[in-house]
Amino acid sequence: MTASTDVPEKDANGPMLAADGTPLKKSLSRALRVQKMRALALVAPLLIFVLVTFIAPIGDMLFRSVENQIVSDTMPTTTAALADWDGTGLPPDQVFEDAYYDLFVAAERKEHTRLGSRLNYEQTGASSLFRKSGRGLDDIGEVYQDQFEDLDKNWDEAQPWAEMMGSEDWLAKEAAWEKGSRLPKFALRDGVEELLPRTAAQYAIFAGYTHNEERKSLLKEEPWSAVHTALYQDLSTQDVSGYSGPHAEMLKAAAALVASPDFETVSFKDGFGEIDKDWLEPEIWQTLKLYAPKYTSGYFLNSVDMKLTPEGAEARPENERIYIMLFKRTLFMSLVITCSCILLGYPVAYILSNLPARKANLLMILVLLPFWTSLLVRTSAWKIMLQQQGVINDVLVWIGLVADDGRLTMINNQFGTIVAMTHILLPFMILPMYSVMSTIPHSYVRASKSLGATDWTTFWRVYFPQSVPGIGAGSILVFILAIGYYITPEIVGGTTGTFISNRIAYHISTSLNWGLAAALGSILLAVVLILYWAYDRIVGIDNVKLG
Amino acid sequence: MPDTGNSDAFVAFERVQKSYDGETLVVKDLNLSLPKGEFLTMLGPSGSGKTTCLMMLAGFETATHGEIKLDGVSINNIPPHKRGIGMVFQNYALFPHMTVAENLSFPLEVRKMGKSDREAKVKRALDMVEMGAFGGRRPAQLSGGQQQRIALARALVFEPELVLMDEPLGALDKQLREKMQFEITDLAHRLGITVVYVTHDQTEALTMSDRVAVFNDGRIQQLAPPDQLYEQPENSFVAQFIGENNTLEGTVAEIKGDHCVVKLDGGEVIDAKPVNVTKVGERTRVSIRPERVEYNKDRLQEGAHTLKAKVLEFIYMGDIFRTRLEVAGNREFVIKTRNAPDQVRLTPGTEIEIGWLPEDCRALDAN
Repeated sequence: MTASTDVPEKDANGPMLAADGTPLKKSLSRALRVQKMRALALVAPLLIFVLVTFIAPIGDMLFRSVENQIVSDTMPTTTAALADWDGTGLPPDQVFEDAYYDLFVAAERKEHTRLGSRLNYEQTGASSLFRKSGRGLDDIGEVYQDQFEDLDKNWDEAQPWAEMMGSEDWLAKEAAWEKGSRLPKFALRDGVEELLPRTAAQYAIFAGYTHNEERKSLLKEEPWSAVHTALYQDLSTQDVSGYSGPHAEMLKAAAALVASPDFETVSFKDGFGEIDKDWLEPEIWQTLKLYAPKYTSGYFLNSVDMKLTPEGAEARPENERIYIMLFKRTLFMSLVITCSCILLGYPVAYILSNLPARKANLLMILVLLPFWTSLLVRTSAWKIMLQQQGVINDVLVWIGLVADDGRLTMINNQFGTIVAMTHILLPFMILPMYSVMSTIPHSYVRASKSLGATDWTTFWRVYFPQSVPGIGAGSILVFILAIGYYITPEIVGGTTGTFISNRIAYHISTSLNWGLAAALGSILLAVVLILYWAYDRIVGIDNVKLG
Repeated sequence: MPDTGNSDAFVAFERVQKSYDGETLVVKDLNLSLPKGEFLTMLGPSGSGKTTCLMMLAGFETATHGEIKLDGVSINNIPPHKRGIGMVFQNYALFPHMTVAENLSFPLEVRKMGKSDREAKVKRALDMVEMGAFGGRRPAQLSGGQQQRIALARALVFEPELVLMDEPLGALDKQLREKMQFEITDLAHRLGITVVYVTHDQTEALTMSDRVAVFNDGRIQQLAPPDQLYEQPENSFVAQFIGENNTLEGTVAEIKGDHCVVKLDGGEVIDAKPVNVTKVGERTRVSIRPERVEYNKDRLQEGAHTLKAKVLEFIYMGDIFRTRLEVAGNREFVIKTRNAPDQVRLTPGTEIEIGWLPEDCRALDAN
């Protein structure tokens, strides 16, 4: 063997090298890569399943707690115009004009009711106001549409409009279009945008809607009345005398009509006032301005009994507060349930861990028995047990402890919820405590006694400290399960025993205010994480053992 | 025979019986007493009742029948924590959530001792086992041998007069075990404490104890000092259990005082010392220690019986030679010879003659 074939183990002060001269680290990671890939491939199905069906929906749901694009998406120009408004009195006429066009399109798309529902969370009555307005907006446009139509039937025909607004090129393609194929992209005629800016813009919106959503030819569909309103606005400000494109005569005649003193007009503000007097109050406009941004803290403020006002966040009036109280109650009751689980579960776990294996297994089945019964059945059983005409009250009356007219109220209140949930969550406390206790060797107890400690000292100084990890694990499990519990408080909680989760469920399924539900859920998640963190700092998560 | 009713005994078991299930006796009629300062080992195979006896003495098990006395007082009804007996457990049982110093301080705390007294005693106990620098550590941070010392220190820190040890060296490796054996006996004699030690390791029992009680089947088979136990086993169980032993089966042909003749099953006749055979015609098992067998004719005593043997295997073990022979039909007959310069190394296949002194050859019961 010569020196040149020697394995270079290490150059002067560089990294360790493998036999072929590559750095050892690189060599090692290459060797381990196959193993890692295989491990990843084994985990992949579950990982993908969890990501797709669990993490992603939760992320989406939590995102809803701040998401507020519906306002600016539905009324883009209005929200832009409202940004310059100082928020006092009524907004300028321009805002009404923008609101007219925005809402008109939204109404055609049937989106105005969704926006109404969204704003209704912030201002009662917004929902019906928007629904009403969707129908009423046509009245404004029809004033102009009718007059133009009376002048020339062609103003209510699809073809002339298309010829006037669209480019030659596009018109040819549109004419050649056949049902089923792709519609040609609408293009404005050169110069029409300068001549009739509003009309061109509104027609383009109409064209986009007809093409993309109705999937119909613009040569067959006459424009909606907002285009006629825009035409009136253009004709009253623009000079069309120099126009020589298609239907120049028709347009010039219309311009003459608009210029004549007996042409009937209606201001946008009056039009809105006609639909509903609320449009002439500053409140709805303030709400629109407040909720114009794409992201809002409104849902979170709602979740802590506050609201967004032009002056900033402020507390809701006393009689509208509910969530803080519910959060406090949820935490308090979860704590009580956890404590009662510890008190009831500890002796059971102790006995189980000290019995011979055969007997312990038998008793363990009794502990696990509740898992084999439906949650609903167990909860309903408590309802039967605890109600005023129920088993426990009957027995108490029968042995004379309670008068017949003084039966105890033990259900549909906090007491009932605590009793039923303690029963349901008890196994989650006993199991981790049992598994920790069964690892404590009996010789510790004997050693302690041989050293002169009494039974109580032995328990408190030697046995108990070693069982704390089990209590910790059980407590975290029970507390976190309790804090998000839904079915049991729903059935036996009545009004005073419900949890925050019941409110979340209400907003998800009944009020459909998903944003608020998401905000409440996010807060609940944050509370759990903070408690978990605090627990880690105080007890240490390493001290938690499940077995 | 186990001694009974000794009035100046420090620890005494009197007619103690123990049953767990009410059907079988784990300990059958135990009588045992030991004076102050004695190091007594209970030796026996697992299930022989030795640990049960220890637990009864400690108070963790109650005797089904009989009395256990400590310093002349019956302790049957005294709970374990009031007995003041130190105990070292097999797995040390150091409390994992306390530091070494807290572990040692624990028995003093429960005795309501003042803080400065406690600290002084803990320090002295730690120094005693040469672990003075480890007071702040947790048991899990110590090696097995260190844990063992701490366990010992903890059992001694409250100055008990009686210390029980339940296979305390079982978890240690051989070298450490031998070192600790010496340390424990040394400490026990220095402090003058009485020790009851349980083990299933006969070497440990022989090297450490003043007396050894060999347990089997819930009874003490023999209670004697180590040398006596090894050289003069009283029955074939003890002979088999302690050390290496060669047995030859046969029938008693003649008994004359402390001398008897045994006719082996192969037809050979040998002289032996009758131990627990009483009448002619009785089946017996003759026991000879491997190192008492001699094949060098020059070294055999005058008049010694000899037997023909065939060498089957020669094993070189360094300090000794171990040779397996076929003697009177027994193919597991082993002899041990010292590796001396003049010692012959036997080749397998050779026919030799072996012999021994009649008093080294003990005729025991055939069970």
